[in-house]
Amino acid sequence: MGRSSTVKETQALFQSLRSAYAATPNNLKIIDVFVGFAVLTAIIQVVYMAVVGSFPFNSFLSGVLSCIGTAVLAVCLRIQVNKDNKEFKDVAPERAFADFILCNLVLHLVIMNFMG
Amino acid sequence: MASPESAVNGPTMTAGAASKSLRNAFGGVIAFIILVLIGVLAFSIRLFSVIKYESVIHEFDPYFNYRVTQFLSKNGIYDFWNWFDDRTWYPLGRVIGGTVYPGLTLTAGTIWKVVNSLNIPLSVETVCVFTAPIFSAFASWAAYLLTKEVKGPGAGLTAAALLAMVPSYISRSVAGSYDNEAVAIFALVFTFYLYIKTLNTGSLFYATLNALAYFYMVCSWGGYTFIINLIPMHVLLCIVTGRYSSRLYIAYAPLVVLGTLLASLVPVVGFNAVLTSEHFASFLVFIIIHVVALAYYIKGILSPKMFKVAVTLVVSAGLAVCCAVIAILIAVVASSPTKGWSGRSLTLLDPTYASKYIPIIASVSEHQPPTWPSYFMDINVLAFLVPAGIIACFMPLTDSSSFVILYIVTSVYFSGVMVRLMLVLAPAACILSGIALSEAFNVLTRSIKFQLPGIAGNPSIASEENGSSTVVAPNDIPKTEEAAKEKPAKKNRKKEKENVEKKPTPSKTEKRLLVLPLEASVIAVLLLVLLGAFYVVHCVWAAAEAYSAPSIVLTSHSNDGGLHVFDDFREAYSWLSHNTDVDDKVASWWDYGYQTTAMANRTVLVDNNTWNNTHIATVGTAMSSPEKQAWEIFHSLDVKYVLVVFGGVVGYPSDDINKFLWMVRIGGGVFPHIKEPDYLRDGQYRIDAQATPTMLNCLMYKLSYFRFVETDGKGFDRVRRTEIGKKHFKLTHFEEVFTTHHWMVRIYKLKPQRNRIRGKTKKSKSSRSVSSKRDVRGKRNPWH
Repeated sequence: MGRSSTVKETQALFQSLRSAYAATPNNLKIIDVFVGFAVLTAIIQVVYMAVVGSFPFNSFLSGVLSCIGTAVLAVCLRIQVNKDNKEFKDVAPERAFADFILCNLVLHLVIMNFMG
Repeated sequence: MASPESAVNGPTMTAGAASKSLRNAFGGVIAFIILVLIGVLAFSIRLFSVIKYESVIHEFDPYFNYRVTQFLSKNGIYDFWNWFDDRTWYPLGRVIGGTVYPGLTLTAGTIWKVVNSLNIPLSVETVCVFTAPIFSAFASWAAYLLTKEVKGPGAGLTAAALLAMVPSYISRSVAGSYDNEAVAIFALVFTFYLYIKTLNTGSLFYATLNALAYFYMVCSWGGYTFIINLIPMHVLLCIVTGRYSSRLYIAYAPLVVLGTLLASLVPVVGFNAVLTSEHFASFLVFIIIHVVALAYYIKGILSPKMFKVAVTLVVSAGLAVCCAVIAILIAVVASSPTKGWSGRSLTLLDPTYASKYIPIIASVSEHQPPTWPSYFMDINVLAFLVPAGIIACFMPLTDSSSFVILYIVTSVYFSGVMVRLMLVLAPAACILSGIALSEAFNVLTRSIKFQLPGIAGNPSIASEENGSSTVVAPNDIPKTEEAAKEKPAKKNRKKEKENVEKKPTPSKTEKRLLVLPLEASVIAVLLLVLLGAFYVVHCVWAAAEAYSAPSIVLTSHSNDGGLHVFDDFREAYSWLSHNTDVDDKVASWWDYGYQTTAMANRTVLVDNNTWNNTHIATVGTAMSSPEKQAWEIFHSLDVKYVLVVFGGVVGYPSDDINKFLWMVRIGGGVFPHIKEPDYLRDGQYRIDAQATPTMLNCLMYKLSYFRFVETDGKGFDRVRRTEIGKKHFKLTHFEEVFTTHHWMVRIYKLKPQRNRIRGKTKKSKSSRSVSSKRDVRGKRNPWH
């Protein structure tokens, strides 16, 4: 009895999540897909390392951290561009995007230096 | 409430706004001039050592940094990065490129290169000597920026002025003290400023700058672990107290990823950035903040009922995953013997660790816990302004003020463990005292202002300020943004704004109630100024008398007031560089290693880096053994000269006989045939007639006191205040080649092996086999 109610509740939960998420604007959804892609790439790299071994370690580290870094930065961009966020309403989305580009530049410069 | 007022006061408001902007501009100019003066003050107060002595590099560690900078300036950065030094830790050598924190040397090298390319002919030594005062000026400016973010420009200027003069910081950044902390404290304060700035504005640009400043800190000092543990602690505190916001995520998450990558770029840190326990806190909080961010996001898009369902589901599933991850982590960490922490970090967490396991760390005097008077000596008046500052930070509590409170609490704890870390306490104490003093002045001057006769029109201006400010400043934006936008000229303008932000509507009536009596306020202001004056006097005295001595040159005052200079160290090093071959090896205790390689340019066995305990124990054993065994140890290491420091003639207390107990302990820790009780009489090290025979026969005693009786006829040691035990003896395996003017440094040469053993070869072989049998039964001496 309890189990069927939790199953129903879970289904209702996922329904409401899906409907709420479908309401987000398209540009945010694009950023979310990008984040998902970056995280997926990171997971693939970790699985590869588990299979093949972690030498050279700096390459593994730089690869994984670049994926996680782009994911984090994309989330920050999404936070700043989101119109529902009252704290950032006076930040132009172009400014947010420029900051995102700058941070990515620094991140990838470091990655290329560290990859060896 | 606000709009009708502003509509009515329209015309007056524009006039008021114009005068306000003029006042703000005026205030900005004054603040700038004050900052320049603070920078000049910070620079000049550190010049006492150059004025009183000469422009010379102090102490021991700076000589190593100076040598590295010389190498960098001569050979360029690629050779420096790949440098393997074979003139130290003979015969092991040292990989300098991979074991030195390059920030300081790269900074000084860059300054030297830039200045020389502008055709200003400064030598490397001058640049090295004056790097520390320049960066202390920068550190004061960084403290101004940080405190301005927390409380406002008035507090910022006060904090900067305090940091420019605080004796604890002066002690490690005086002109000539060319050590890592000179640059690192600036990097520390600047990184914290950028973190707070990112937290307050939520801008990714500042987050990038924050990561770069953190990179500079990692390059400069091993104390960067303080930053990478304090910031996660603060993030956790914000989350737990319900102050999570998306700005927190922007401030923290990019810093972790970029910071870890940048930290791994520095060769000294390398993979330790991801593998040692010191960094695990940042990863843990990284995961936690993602979980919290996700939770807030889902809460935002779901209805409350659905959210409850989600929470129960997630909690049950998430707990299982969490436990698994933590179990893995604990297994990984517990499998290493030190639980993943380095020895020095463990000493900070458990102060008794070093004395039990690593005597070398315990023997360094700057790793001892401080005494109570040293707090008053080092931060003086700030010691009791800090609690007032902590209270001021609570009114109101913002993210940045909670960070400052956390900073002071942790730095107070760590300063209590190691006296060297009083240096990390100094900026925190200055920031909080600046806040306290600024708030106190605010209250007092506000009381004075509203009770001065003839300011009848003020309440109406105040109400207009009330109206305009409430339109502009909603209550939940932190105070700092407001203060950053308008820099008030006089403190009373700022007080009014603060007053307004605290209580917007009933402020008109309450302002009257919060006023202190006029006379009390005037006297209190005068007393506070007097307090500041005492602080300044103490700081200047400390800088001039206590912290400006280069320990390479000693002075004392003779009876007629003249200054007598003891330049024995440089005399000895210059003798070595002129009278020995370039490839000769010099053995001494590890304290003098850096100076010997830098000034005498000779290869040494051990130096201040103390990375190889066994090698140091070998030298310690040699110093504690009788002459023949010591000769054999040194001969096996190709040593030609032995250098000892002896203070008995002039009363110099830091000589090798006083350090002898560490030689015995460290040597005995590795070679068990050196037993400390052999050297003790009644639990004390003695060198007089009551000393043990092992003590009277050891190499250190003999090399220190050889011919000592010729100085005054009785052999009275001024440091130990007794006559020595064995006065007339000859050296069989060493010969004295040089003793400096005041007998402070004595250099001996190893006598070459005898060409023929007179006669008794067969007997000596049998005696040797008998003695070796005896040794096998007892404690084995590895050199027999």
